Amino acid sequence: MHPVVRWFHQLGSPPYFDRFAARWSPWAYGIGLACMAWGVYGALYTVPADYQQGDSFRILYVHVPSAWMSMAVFALMAFYAALALIWRIKLCEVLAMACAPAGALFTAITLATGSIWGKPMWGTWWDWDPRLTTELILLFLYLGVIGLYNAIDDRRAAARAAALLAIVGVALLPVIHWSVTWWNSLHQGQTISLFGESKMDPSMLPPLWWMVVGTHVWFVGSLLARARADNLRREAGKDWVARMADAGAAR
Amino acid sequence: MMLAAARALVVRDLTLLWRRRGDALQPALFALLVVVLFALALGAEPAALARAAPAVLWLAVLLAGLLALDTLFRGDAEDGSLDQWLLAPVPLPWLVLVRTAMHWATTALPLLLATPLLAEMMQLPPRQLPVLMASLALGTPVLSLLGAVVAALTVGMRRAGILVALLALPLYVPVLVFGAGSVAAAAQGLDPTGALLLLGAGLALALPLAPLAAAAAIRISQS
Amino acid sequence: MPDAPSASAPLLDVRGLGFARDDLPLFGPLDFSVEAGEALLVQGGNGAGKTTLLRVLAGLLDGGRGEVRLRGVPAAAAARAGQVAYLGHLPGLKADLGAVENLEYLCGLLGRREGVEIDRALAIVGLAGYEDAPARNLSAGQRRRLALARLWLSPARLWLLDEPYANLDLPGIELVNRMVRAHLDDGGGALVTTHGAYAAPPVRTRLLQLERAA
Repeated sequence: MHPVVRWFHQLGSPPYFDRFAARWSPWAYGIGLACMAWGVYGALYTVPADYQQGDSFRILYVHVPSAWMSMAVFALMAFYAALALIWRIKLCEVLAMACAPAGALFTAITLATGSIWGKPMWGTWWDWDPRLTTELILLFLYLGVIGLYNAIDDRRAAARAAALLAIVGVALLPVIHWSVTWWNSLHQGQTISLFGESKMDPSMLPPLWWMVVGTHVWFVGSLLARARADNLRREAGKDWVARMADAGAAR
Repeated sequence: MMLAAARALVVRDLTLLWRRRGDALQPALFALLVVVLFALALGAEPAALARAAPAVLWLAVLLAGLLALDTLFRGDAEDGSLDQWLLAPVPLPWLVLVRTAMHWATTALPLLLATPLLAEMMQLPPRQLPVLMASLALGTPVLSLLGAVVAALTVGMRRAGILVALLALPLYVPVLVFGAGSVAAAAQGLDPTGALLLLGAGLALALPLAPLAAAAAIRISQS
Repeated sequence: MPDAPSASAPLLDVRGLGFARDDLPLFGPLDFSVEAGEALLVQGGNGAGKTTLLRVLAGLLDGGRGEVRLRGVPAAAAARAGQVAYLGHLPGLKADLGAVENLEYLCGLLGRREGVEIDRALAIVGLAGYEDAPARNLSAGQRRRLALARLWLSPARLWLLDEPYANLDLPGIELVNRMVRAHLDDGGGALVTTHGAYAAPPVRTRLLQLERAA
């Protein structure tokens, strides 16, 4: 068997995954935070102020990566969900459910930073901008998945039900975005799109890439940590967990 | 076999509806109440009511349908009929589709029949009524089908009321937008056909896909 | 090419069947078979997994390990529909429908055995005269008899009966035994669960004892 394929099979074993996650999650957190710190430093100090918006545009260095992550994590969650439902892989159930809280967090940050960015421009905290409105509905989808997962007692049935919901959500998300954009054009005429396709000068991009890399790596750390916790909770009755707990208590 | 099972299910549901025909009026009464509450909250000025009418009417129908969702599978789950569906030699998605269609016919159709009266109460300009009816006729089946998926996911749960709403409403957004939006477009003098066609396309997609998802959800929740 | 059912293969053949809930094994792995004309009595205390076993065999529960063959053809859970008749705790009757209406619905849904009419089935289970009584007005024992009538009308060869004697008086218990014997004489098979040996079909049976997994 090809070594990569074998490694995937091994990863599905709960004790192996526990060791893997315990080992790599702190590194992912650390590297992610370091990249984000470097990106924030660059965003605040290195990049010159925008001639139109002054310094308030700098928040896009948090807003844009968060928005991308909120979508990417939902897609990843739906991918794991599909694997969990079709092949009944327990690890994929755990991974899918572990994606949701981090994704919801990114969505909330996107909404908050979008609102903060919009206040100087729109004059209000909320403007029903189509992209932000879609993000808001995305937040509800995330909360729905989390809520459904927590509402069912049987952990495996709960994960499979929430996984199905995630797949339905990811299928409907483009339709939702499309409909909200249409609705906006119908009711508001044209507002200057704040988050539109304005060209960014290449000199302003590096901190953005650092933030993108940082958020991705941080997310990997969060996913591994959360999945590890859920994995342990599910396996709590098994021997290997008891042995690990005893070894930990003995130290 | 599939036709025989469908016929048996249809006859059963119609008989059950007839035995409790009072219950069939409840969604329509709820929608009426919602319209009354909106009118009271908005103030009785006709122009304000007329402007809000498409939205209020769509919301009244949508919310009434949301509440009625509880009766889609719960009765069958509680008396063991859902088990028999799983045991029947016909595909479960087919049974889900037939059941959802009957549920729509018994809860949403009375709503549609009541809509002209409700529209009159909201001072909806008469020339917008056909667009409203068309959007509801296309949109409410989609709402029923999407709602069936959510109802199937939560069928085992005791107090699932708010959770069902939280799960279903984000999925309802495109239907509401294109439905109420088509009437709003007509009010602005724009052509509502585009939005109505999109609703129709959504219905065409939901008809095969939603029963498949709901059937999978039933199997998950019955395990 | 899909396998065709074989006339000589056992009605039910189970190899290595196990089922776990939340990763705790409920029973298994089990190996047994049920031939035509034979009944298997599944005994075990409360919580031993009898109901779960029957639901897994009926295809109501998915995700069990092992293989289940019906007349020699391997059958995944969803594919067992139509080949087994399951009588569980909940009879699947609508409270607002009368006895005949319930049976007509269930026969339309699940199929009806040739040569047996609904009225005849009601008479056999002792509910003649209750054709129009809403199921709500029937006692627990009468509802159980109505469920037995549905079982009698079923075309399935394999019967899975979960505690069929519950709620029945002595004539009711004898009714179940008569039905099972007639079904076995006709070439069918049955799995019957029960708490203890106080009521069992007086036919050729084997015993499967389930104990709670340690």
